[in-house]
Amino acid sequence: MSLVQFLWLIPALPLLAAAIGAIVPHRSRKIASGAALAAMAGAFVLSVFALREALAAPGTHSTFNFAWLNTGEFKLHLGFLLDPLSAFMLVMVTFVSFLIFLFSTAYMREDENYEKFFCYLSLFASAMLGIVVSNSLLLTFISWELVGLASYLLIGFWFHKPEAAAAAKKAFITTRIGDIGFLLGLVWVHHATQTQLFYNGGAGFLEIAAIGKLSVLLPCGLFVSSAIGLLLFAGAVGKSGQFPLHVWLPDAMEGPTPVSALIHAATMVAAGVFLMARIYPMLALEGILPPGTIFPGSEIIQNPNGTTSITLITNALPKNEILTDGPISIFLPHHVSGVLPFTALSVVAFIGAITALIGAVVAVAQNDIKRVLAFSTVSQLGYMMLAIGVGAPGAAMFHLLTHAFFKALLFLGAGSVIHAAHHEQDMRQMGGLGPRMKITFATFAIGMMALSGVPFLFSGFWSKEAILHGAHGWHVSHLPFYIALVAVVLTAFYMTRLMANVFFGGARSHAAEHAHENTWTITLPLVLLAACAVLVGFLGTPAWPWLQAQLQGDTTTPFAFGKIFEGVGLLGLSVFLVAVGIGAGWAVYGVRKRGTATAPDPLEKRFPTVWRALEHRLYFDEFYAATVFKLNAALAVFADVFDSCVVDGVVRFVCKLSEFLGFINKDVDEHGLNAGFNATAEKLRGAGGAYSASQTGDARSYLRALALGFVVVTIVVLAVVLADGTLSRWLPF
Amino acid sequence: MTSFFNILAETAATATVEPTGIVAFLTRSIPAAFVALPILGALWLVLQPKIADKAARVSGLVFSFSTLFLCALTGIIAATSDTAVQFSTRSQSSGPLNVSFDLTLHGISLLMVLLTGIITPMALAASWKVARPRLFNILFLLMQSAALGVFLAQNFFFWFLFWELSLFPAFFLIKLWGGHSASRAAYQFVIYTIGGSAFMLLAFAAIYATTGTWDFTKLAWHLGSGGDAYGKIGATGTTLIFLGIFIGLAVKIPIFPFHTWLPDAYAEAPIGASMFLTAVMAKMGLYGFYIFLASLLPHEMAKAAHWLVWLALANIVFGAYAAMRQRDLKRMVAYSSVNHLGYCVLAFAVIRTRWIETTIFSHTDGEELTALTRGISAASDGAWLQMFNHGLSAAALFFCVGVLESRSGVRGLQDFGGVRKVAPLFAALCGFSMFSSLGLPGLNGFVGEFLIFRGVFAHLPWAAAIATLGLLGTAIFLLTFWQKVFHGPAGAHTGAITDLSKREIAALAPIVALMVLFGVWPQLLLDILKSLP
Repeated sequence: MSLVQFLWLIPALPLLAAAIGAIVPHRSRKIASGAALAAMAGAFVLSVFALREALAAPGTHSTFNFAWLNTGEFKLHLGFLLDPLSAFMLVMVTFVSFLIFLFSTAYMREDENYEKFFCYLSLFASAMLGIVVSNSLLLTFISWELVGLASYLLIGFWFHKPEAAAAAKKAFITTRIGDIGFLLGLVWVHHATQTQLFYNGGAGFLEIAAIGKLSVLLPCGLFVSSAIGLLLFAGAVGKSGQFPLHVWLPDAMEGPTPVSALIHAATMVAAGVFLMARIYPMLALEGILPPGTIFPGSEIIQNPNGTTSITLITNALPKNEILTDGPISIFLPHHVSGVLPFTALSVVAFIGAITALIGAVVAVAQNDIKRVLAFSTVSQLGYMMLAIGVGAPGAAMFHLLTHAFFKALLFLGAGSVIHAAHHEQDMRQMGGLGPRMKITFATFAIGMMALSGVPFLFSGFWSKEAILHGAHGWHVSHLPFYIALVAVVLTAFYMTRLMANVFFGGARSHAAEHAHENTWTITLPLVLLAACAVLVGFLGTPAWPWLQAQLQGDTTTPFAFGKIFEGVGLLGLSVFLVAVGIGAGWAVYGVRKRGTATAPDPLEKRFPTVWRALEHRLYFDEFYAATVFKLNAALAVFADVFDSCVVDGVVRFVCKLSEFLGFINKDVDEHGLNAGFNATAEKLRGAGGAYSASQTGDARSYLRALALGFVVVTIVVLAVVLADGTLSRWLPF
Repeated sequence: MTSFFNILAETAATATVEPTGIVAFLTRSIPAAFVALPILGALWLVLQPKIADKAARVSGLVFSFSTLFLCALTGIIAATSDTAVQFSTRSQSSGPLNVSFDLTLHGISLLMVLLTGIITPMALAASWKVARPRLFNILFLLMQSAALGVFLAQNFFFWFLFWELSLFPAFFLIKLWGGHSASRAAYQFVIYTIGGSAFMLLAFAAIYATTGTWDFTKLAWHLGSGGDAYGKIGATGTTLIFLGIFIGLAVKIPIFPFHTWLPDAYAEAPIGASMFLTAVMAKMGLYGFYIFLASLLPHEMAKAAHWLVWLALANIVFGAYAAMRQRDLKRMVAYSSVNHLGYCVLAFAVIRTRWIETTIFSHTDGEELTALTRGISAASDGAWLQMFNHGLSAAALFFCVGVLESRSGVRGLQDFGGVRKVAPLFAALCGFSMFSSLGLPGLNGFVGEFLIFRGVFAHLPWAAAIATLGLLGTAIFLLTFWQKVFHGPAGAHTGAITDLSKREIAALAPIVALMVLFGVWPQLLLDILKSLP
C-alpha cells in the first residue's frame, strides 16, 4: 500500500489543530498550542516516511486523484502527489514549522489571543502543506489562496495597530494581483489540455499527452506553455515577493516575529519558487524548438546573441495543418512571423536577477533588524527564481531548502533578540548583545555565515554556488550572472553590518543593557536550526550532488571529490567576493563601532542622497502610490461619478419628463375636459407625480388594493384549477 | 446543443410511468404548496388583527420555513423514488386566453427555491425588532410566495403575474420600514421595474399573438427549428421582442446601465428586505434571463451576445469600482451585488456567443467542439452556483451591516474601528461572509466564479481577462470595509457595538456553515441543480 493515499493526512493534521485552536476557550489555551505542536510533529513523522518512500522509487510520481466536481460534461480533479520534490519540501516545512511553533509558545506567552495565534499558525501550515502535496493546479490554487488568508490573519494579528492592519491588507491585495494571473493560467491549462492534474499516469499536463496541446504557437510567437507559464509566474511573483510586487513583504514584518520566520522566510514565500519548480517541465517545453529545425516554408535563424528567430510563412500551408517534426507537433493556427519575442524562462531569470539585486541593495540601508532580514529574503528568493530561469531547478530547490533553515534561524534569532530587548527592533538601539546572549549570538552568527555564503562549512555557500554555476552556464545572457555576483558582495556586507550593530560594541539603550538569554523553548529551535544550516549544505555539494540528483530522478550519485575542482575558478571568485563583502562590512561597521543610537550611519554621511533613496526602499511605495493607486482611485471616482451623474441623470431626466407630461395631462383635464373626467385626471396626476418625494401616499388604501389584488389572484388560480376538474384527481383516496 | 426546453419536452415524453398513491399526490401538490403555504401564513396573519407582536413574529417565521420544509420533502421523494419523478402541478389550458396553470420544479428552479427557503427565515430573523411585525410579516410572506411562483411557473401568464406581485410587498416594505428617504427610493424602485416590465409584457403579447400560447415548452417549439414563428414575426419584430424582454429583465437584475435604482433601494430598505431583494429578487431577473433570452430566443441572444458581454463587463468592473467609493456600508454591499451578478450575465451571454457554430454549422472538429461545449457547460453551471452563492454571501453581508446599524444607528465606513476586539464572534462570522463574497477558495463563492471564468475563457479569453479586474476590485473594497470597521483603534461608534445575540447567531451561523459546506463540497449544489431535469 502506498503512502500517497494517506498523504492528505499531512495537511489535515494541522487543519484539525486549527479547528481546535478556534474553539478552545482562553483559559485552556495550552490545549491550542499543544494540539498545534502535536499535529506538526505527526505531520513531520509522516513526511519522513513519505520521503523514505519517495527516495525508494526515484523518478516516479505516485499520485492519488479524485473528482471534486463533476459537471456532467467534465470533471475537476484534486489529487496528491508524492515524488522527491514534494517529499523534501514536506520534511523541511514540517520540521521548520515545528520549531517555530515551539519558539512561539514562549514568544507569544503574554499575548491575550495566544490560542488564536496557534489556530492561525496551524491553518497556515495546513494550507502550505496543501500546496506541497498537491497534484492538481486547482488544489494548489485553493491552498495558495488559503495561505494568503492565513498570512493576512497573521500579519494583522495585532490588528489594533493601524500599521499592522494596513500591512495585512497590502499583503493580501498585492499577492492577489499576482493570483489573478495564476487563476487565468489555471483556467487556460484546463482549457488547453482538459486537465489540471500535474501527473496522472501519462495524462497529466506535465506529461507526454499534453505536449502536443501546449506546444501550440500563439500569434505573438510564444508557445501556449510559455504564456501559461508566465501567467502562473505572475502568481509566483506575488507570493514570493519578486520585483515588481515585492513591496508587501517588508511591511509584513508588522506581524509577530515567529510569523516572519515561518511565512516570510521559510515557507510561504518559497511557495512561488516551489510552484515554478513543479511546473518546470511545462516551462521547459519552449526549448523543444531546436535551433536550426526547418519546417516547410519556414526559416529558423540562430541569432548571434543566442536567441532564435522564427519566420513561419503559414500562407504556404493548408490552414490548421498539423506539422510533425520528430516526436513533437507544432500547431500553426495563425500567420506567425518575426522574432520570437522572449522566452518565459528568460523572463523568470531576469526578474529573479533584478529582485536579487534590489533586495540586497535596499537591505544595506535598513535599521529595523527584521526589515534587513525581509529584504534579504526578497533578494534570496530572487536567486532561486534566477536558478529556475536559467534552467537549474535543482539548484533553486537546494537553495530553497538551505535558505529555509538559515533564514528561519536568523528570524528566530532576531525574535530572540527582540524578545530580550523588550520588543525593540531598531538596530541602532541595540549593540553589545553578543556577550549577554551567547547562544543567540553563536547561532545567529552561523545563520549569518550561511546567508553570506562563507565557504565550505555553511550550507548557503553550496546552494548559492550551484545557482551561480547555473547562471554562468546560461546560453542566453551573462547579465544575470554578473548581477548575482554583485548581490553576493552586498549580502555579505549587509549581514556584517547587522552583526556589528546588534552584537558588538557597547549597549546603546536601556533595553539592550538589560537583555539576557531566553528560555530553552526559544534557544533549542535556534540550536537545531543552526545545525541544519550547516549540515543540509552537504547534501548538494558538487562532489556529491545527491539532492539535485534525487530531484531529477537520478538514482546513482557517486561520490567524486574531484568534481569540486571542475568549477574552481568560479568557486574561487565567489569566495573572494564574500571575503570582500565581509571585509568591507567590518571595515565600515566593525572597526569603529556605532557609538550612540542617534549617530548617522557612516555610509549615510558619505552618500546622503543614495542612502536616503535606499532607506526609502528606492521609492517603490511612493511610485506605486503616485501611479497605480492614483489610477485605481481615478477609476473608482469615474465609476461612481458616471453612475450618479450620467446614468442616474438620464433616469432623472426621464422622470422629470413624465412628471411634466402628468402635469400637462392634469392641466388639459381640468380645464379642457368636462368635470366628469376629473376623477380620471386625478389618477393621472397621481401617476405622473408619483415619482416626486412629496407624494407620500396613503399606505392604508394601497394596502387594501394590494390585499384585494391577492384575493383576486387566488380566486383566478382556483377558478382555473377547479374549472378543469383536476383538483379531484389530486386526491388519492 | 439542444435548448433547455427541448430537453424538458423529451424527458416529459419519456416519463411514461405515472407514479400513484401518496407519492403521486405529493409530486402533484408540492409545487402548488410552495406558493400556497406562505400565502396561507399571510392570510392567517390578516385574520388575526389583535395578535401580539411576538406571536406575529413567530408565526411569520414558522410559515417562512415552509419552503425549506417542502424542499426537504422534495429531496426525500426524489431520493427514494426508483424512477425519475416530476414535481408538477398543472391543469389543462382553459379560458379565452388559453392559459394553463402549471407550476413545475426543475433543477434550476429547485436551486432558486432552496435559496428563497434559506434566505426568507434569515431575513425575518434579521428584522425581528421591526415595528408592526404583523404587517411586516404579511408582506414578507406574500413576497416570498410571489418569488417562488416566478421560479416555478411554466407559462408566461402566471410567471408575469407572480413577477409583478412580488413588486408590491417590496414597495411597501421599503416605503414603510425604510430609512429617511425611503419613500423616494421605493417609488423609484417600483416605477423603474414596472416601466421595464411593460416592455416585457408587450413583447410577450406579440409572441402570444403569433403563436397563441403562453406555455414555455410550446413556445420553445414555436420559436425553435420546429415552428414558423420567426417567419411570421419577421426579423425586426424578433429584435423588438428581444429588446422588450431584455429591458424588463435588465432592470430587475440589474444590468448596467439600468442599475441606478439599486443602491438607493437596497440602502433605504429595511435590512431584511435588502437581504431578500439582493438574494432572491435579483435572481428572478437572472432566472428569466436564462429562461427567455438564452433558451427561448437563442438566435437573438447570439446576435446580441457581444453587446451583452460588454454590459456584463461594465457591471463587473463598474460595480466593483463604484463600491470602492461608497462611504455607506449598505451601498457598498449593494454595489458589490452589481459586480457579482455581472459574472452571471457574462456567463449567460458567453454561452450564446458561439451558439450558431456549435449548433447549426458544426464545422468545428471534434476536439474543438468538445472544448466549446465544455466551456458552455462550465459557464452555465457556474452561473447557477454563483446565483445561489451570491444569495448567501450578500444576504449575510447585509445582515452584518444590519447588526452594526441596529446597535449604533449609523453605518458609515468611517464610523467604526476595532470592532473585532469588542465583538469577536461577530467579526469572525462577518469575516467568513466577506471572504466568501470575494471568492476565497474553500468558501462557496469561489466555485461559481471559477467555473464562470473557466467557461468564459474557453470562448472569449479577453473577456475573462477584463473580468478579473472585478476580482481585484472586490478584494480591495471588502478588505477596506474589514480594515476600517474591525481593525485599528476604536472609532466613534464602536462603543455601542456588542457581540451577537443568540437570535443573531442562530440566523447567521447556519449561513456561514453552509458557506463552508458548499465551499468544500460544491458537488452538493451541482447535484441539486442536476437532480431534476
